[in-house]
Amino acid sequence: MTIDWVYLLEITLSGIGAGALMAVTGVAFVLIYRVTRVVNLAIGETLMLGAYAFFGMTSILGWPILVAVPLVIVGGVLFGAGLERTIIRPMLGQSPVSVFMVTIGIGSIIVGVVQLIWGVAPHRLISIVSEKPVFIGPAYVSSKSIVSFTIAAAVITFFLLVLRYWRGSLHLKATASDAGAAYSCGINVPRVYLLSWAVASAIACAAGILVGMVGGISPEMGVFGLSVLCVVIMGGLDSILGTLVVALFVGLIDAFAGSFLGGEFKQISTFTLLLLMLWVRPHGLFGTAEIDRL
Amino acid sequence: MTPATETDISIVAAAHVGRGLSYRRLLWGVSAVLFVIAPFLFSEYWLYWVCLIAINVVSATGLNILWGYTGLASLGHAAFMAVGAYSVALLDKHLGWSFLITVPLGGLFAAAVGLLVAIPSLRVRGLYLAIATIAASVILQFIFSNWDAVTNGMKGLVVQPAHFMGVQLDQPRLLYWIIVPTAIVLIKMASNLFRTRVGRAFIAIRDRDISAELIGIPLFKYKLLSFGLSSFYAGVAGALWAYFFRVVTPESFPIETSIFFLAVLIVGGIGTIGGGIIGAAFMTLVPELLRISLTALGPWMANSATVIPSVRIIVFGVLIVGFLRLEPQGLIELIGRIKRPFLKSRVS
Repeated sequence: MTIDWVYLLEITLSGIGAGALMAVTGVAFVLIYRVTRVVNLAIGETLMLGAYAFFGMTSILGWPILVAVPLVIVGGVLFGAGLERTIIRPMLGQSPVSVFMVTIGIGSIIVGVVQLIWGVAPHRLISIVSEKPVFIGPAYVSSKSIVSFTIAAAVITFFLLVLRYWRGSLHLKATASDAGAAYSCGINVPRVYLLSWAVASAIACAAGILVGMVGGISPEMGVFGLSVLCVVIMGGLDSILGTLVVALFVGLIDAFAGSFLGGEFKQISTFTLLLLMLWVRPHGLFGTAEIDRL
Repeated sequence: MTPATETDISIVAAAHVGRGLSYRRLLWGVSAVLFVIAPFLFSEYWLYWVCLIAINVVSATGLNILWGYTGLASLGHAAFMAVGAYSVALLDKHLGWSFLITVPLGGLFAAAVGLLVAIPSLRVRGLYLAIATIAASVILQFIFSNWDAVTNGMKGLVVQPAHFMGVQLDQPRLLYWIIVPTAIVLIKMASNLFRTRVGRAFIAIRDRDISAELIGIPLFKYKLLSFGLSSFYAGVAGALWAYFFRVVTPESFPIETSIFFLAVLIVGGIGTIGGGIIGAAFMTLVPELLRISLTALGPWMANSATVIPSVRIIVFGVLIVGFLRLEPQGLIELIGRIKRPFLKSRVS
């Protein structure tokens, strides 16, 4: 039996493309979790909201892409900051599961509102790049997935660098490790909280444009957030690097499972991996283990 | 202190206890009478909702044991209901057993699957546990939709109506006599549970698991027990569900149903038996109330019928966010607060 290397290469490339999208969305989860210790399940719905906002501006109002993209990102910043200030901050100190449920509630509201405004039918986003396929060697790749991969890689590199070298990221780290102590050192903790939600929501909205460009948009596309959550948990909820590694890995596994076993095996493979990981290393590949204190 | 005052006090106390008792007795008497005459009093439409509420109450009470009393949040509750429903469907199809056997067996199968899921999942806590249970429920869902030989895939299984002494129980009016008594017994069992050693151990684990372990409660054993009990309730609810709707597909119990039951507890009042009951009744009726009110708006709103699903999702989210943010103790606390001034004036 001969192995079709070109086919394998194509699957690998599409897996990497999907993984990059998961990684960039994962950054949003990590940013919020690291600072505020909240797992925000509404990230998936925020992503969907961003995609629909872009759809509304470009396809319905006919605005140019170069205007729509910055507007979506600014909208994401305002949306995230608004959510943090009005709903999440008053929940500070409540049990993590309660806050988790609040974000589920927020997600549900977003889905309903989007359905009311744009209807339940799926749509296609207008493409930022040309539809012409690209060949890497003999393998065919859609240009959309190359663009989304490039953007995702740039975003992740940017955040890794910022978190490593920007002085302000120390505020973030201090707040993450002990909010009370950080506050008494003069760090404006509420502002750090606000900032993390604002930036994370902006990332999610921008990621929504990429995801929508590749796969089309529908009110159910928020489910993507659940897969990303799995990835983030496997990588370690507070590790961007872990998210990146696991996202690419899961992207590849999904692509191979989807091609060789059938589409329905995509989700199951992610969740089986997750269960195994939780069993073996509950805090994820690169995450910090939490210590229980009485 | 003279003997006379002591007697006075005890008389007053006895009077209070006596009055409390008779008030409770009256309540019990009225409920019992209502329970017996309800099927003859109400229309088929109302009995449909009564049965559905009773099924949801059973399931919510199960989740309450796990989340409200043991502090372990699970997002896999719907999957355990599905196990109960599928067990009934399969036992009915292949063996044709009576509901008297299949319903408890459905609960037991669900409990077994629950334990199987719990053993690896209980290594983690809090949010991680919630996510591990999502993973488990996705895997169960996958089995239901792809194990064609047994579960008939996406087409699902049809359940024959339950039989009792030659009577076909295919109407809510008749199913009432199975569903509601089961619900009452299971609620009573749950509320009694927390007066026993096991129930108190659950509460100790919820309040602080490390402390509970230090005072000698074997954590893993009791957490496992809580998971099993909760899945048993879910399984029984699923079994009743199967007889009520008479068709079971993989889409009958999506992950949204698990979220629905968490929302039931949040809205009703987590960690109280009454909260689970009120929450289940309220959350079951909300979609219907929305449908009725939006349909009534029809003459003024052109698209009032098409927006119903979207409005339902929004209201669902608003209820979760609103209750967690403004009244985390839920409806039961609100009702208590409204009732309190009246009760006080009666006592003084």
